[in-house]
Amino acid sequence: MSKQIDINDLNIYYGNFLAVEGVNLTVRANSVMSFIGPSGCGKSTVLRCINRMHEVVPGARAEGAVRLDGENIYGPNVDPVLVRRTIGMVFQRPNPFPTMSIYDNVVAGLRLEKTKGDKRNLDEVVESSLRGANLWEEVKDRLKKPGASLSGGQQQRLCIARAIAVEPKVLLMDEPCSALDPISTLAIEDLIRELRERYTIIIVTHNMQQASRVSDMTAFFNLAAVGKPGKLIEVGPTQQIFTNPQEKQTEDYISGRFG
Amino acid sequence: MSVVETQKAGLEGQLSGRRLPRWSTPALAGGALIVGLIVQLTGWTVVGLAPGVIAAVVFLLGQAIASLAIEGRRHSKDRIATTLIYATFVVALTPLLWILITVLVKGLSVFDWTFFTSTMRNVSPRQPGGGILHAFLGTLEQVGIATLVSVPIGLLAAIYLVEFGKGRLKFWISFFVDVMTGVPSIVAGLFIYTALILTGVLQQSGFAAALALCILMIPVVIRSSEEMLKIVPNDLREAALALGVPKWKVILRIVVPTAISGLITGAMLAVARVAGETAPLLLTTFLAQDINLNAFNGSQTSLPTFIWDQISRGTSSSVNRAWGAALALILFVLIIYAAARILAARFAPKSR
Ligand SMILES: Nc1ncnc2c1ncn2[C@@H]1O[C@H](COP(=O)(O)OP(=O)(O)O)[C@@H](O)[C@H]1O
Ligand SMILES: [Mg+2]
Repeated sequence: MSKQIDINDLNIYYGNFLAVEGVNLTVRANSVMSFIGPSGCGKSTVLRCINRMHEVVPGARAEGAVRLDGENIYGPNVDPVLVRRTIGMVFQRPNPFPTMSIYDNVVAGLRLEKTKGDKRNLDEVVESSLRGANLWEEVKDRLKKPGASLSGGQQQRLCIARAIAVEPKVLLMDEPCSALDPISTLAIEDLIRELRERYTIIIVTHNMQQASRVSDMTAFFNLAAVGKPGKLIEVGPTQQIFTNPQEKQTEDYISGRFG
Repeated sequence: MSVVETQKAGLEGQLSGRRLPRWSTPALAGGALIVGLIVQLTGWTVVGLAPGVIAAVVFLLGQAIASLAIEGRRHSKDRIATTLIYATFVVALTPLLWILITVLVKGLSVFDWTFFTSTMRNVSPRQPGGGILHAFLGTLEQVGIATLVSVPIGLLAAIYLVEFGKGRLKFWISFFVDVMTGVPSIVAGLFIYTALILTGVLQQSGFAAALALCILMIPVVIRSSEEMLKIVPNDLREAALALGVPKWKVILRIVVPTAISGLITGAMLAVARVAGETAPLLLTTFLAQDINLNAFNGSQTSLPTFIWDQISRGTSSSVNRAWGAALALILFVLIIYAAARILAARFAPKSR
């Protein structure tokens, strides 16, 4: 069901600025990988390359290959729209569509792209996606209310429900908890542990406890100086990265953060 | 209040200071008015200033000095600034109210049922009576056609500029929109006149007038739509794209609906702006005294040209009719504004 991701020699540019250089990385199917590293080292940039959202920024481009179960998503005839259907994304700030109800938000991806499913079908999708995002019990009586009427944490779970409603194989999350309170954060972390059964997940986080709580593998990115390209320094099992890193930079970063 | 109480108890803390009592403002205003009144009655004046101006200056200085003595520099400056802001507000509002009241008083004198249901057919300038029905229908038709042409063009251009445009083409389109915004309305009329009427493509007609209005309307619609589309958060576009929605559908189903209330307001304000244009209409459709519903054939009167026509005839009944038509035009524009607000509120994204 879920898929493996292999990144080969990925160089990522904004215009002429090389933002990230030479990334090689494998994310196994049904595992959670977290990206950590200082701000500006290119975590979001790499993440956005994995579902071809990077090129949405004017002038942005990427060189190299990102393979989804062996198929290069940067291949010549690949349709980015289809890539994004397969590889869903949750953003740092909750961004439900303001014109739509909770219900419509969840099925937005289906309504806007597939031919209209019959009503019962959509109802089922809404329930299963909201259950999948641990939100069903809280909103089942007010599905027709605007998505913006929910709290920040609920909105973020709504965005997760929206992302999984189109049945992607991979879920990318860019600091999904950084705008949330601790309780909502725990709810989302629980959710990530559940979602691992069905998806390959990559999560960017600034919170190392969070990385160690939810992820199997951790990748540490760093940059030599501002204006220099970010690089992948080290990747390994989360336990190992946090207790016994192989690279000095990783150790400095982690010990710096842990005091 | 608590400050005054503290003062009374003599328990001034470090965080509170002495303030002017509340009654000081009305008292000073009253005093200033009395000074103004004295100036008015005695005819004594300072360098020819009007009594009202003198009263305002007395109030401003009196308050500033009192405040400086009791409250200190910062509060004194604050009071001067506050007074000046209110004063400019009154100055800005006065002509507006003056116009409204004048038009209301003069216009209402001819408002009756026949004024709205009859035309100027067989009514001589000296005769009272007659009506604006033909002019009102002409305005509706010309502005309606102009809107039907301008809003889609303007909206599409704005979508291009915000969502797709880059490089040279975007720069030049943007540049010419700016230039067009500044085109005087009579030039728009002159352009249609020389380019389409003198060359025989069109005859003088309501449609030619509507085209002249389009020239004025399109840049306004583009600019307002552009601003509205720009404030749609990029997050929403990305959220939709990341769901695997193609770009054109993101624009159609997410961006435009999110901005729709602002887009409607912008379009309606553009309508209101051209509804009062006179000069381009005189060149392109001229005048008629009776209903002409065919916008493609023959002259057609509209409310602004009706006003111009009646005033130029100069008799007291025709000037009265002009005031009546002016009031009708203001009401028409007001109704458009109100409709814009209601529609905008109706379509605005809701959060509860
Ligand atoms: N839209 C953009 N345009 C130009 N440069 C960008 C853009 N977004 C990010 N960058 C640059 O790319 C580098 C990596 O940024 P980012 O991926 O956001 O880092 P992180 O997510 O690790 O904090 C930074 O130097 C940043 O300035
Ligand atoms: Mg980031």
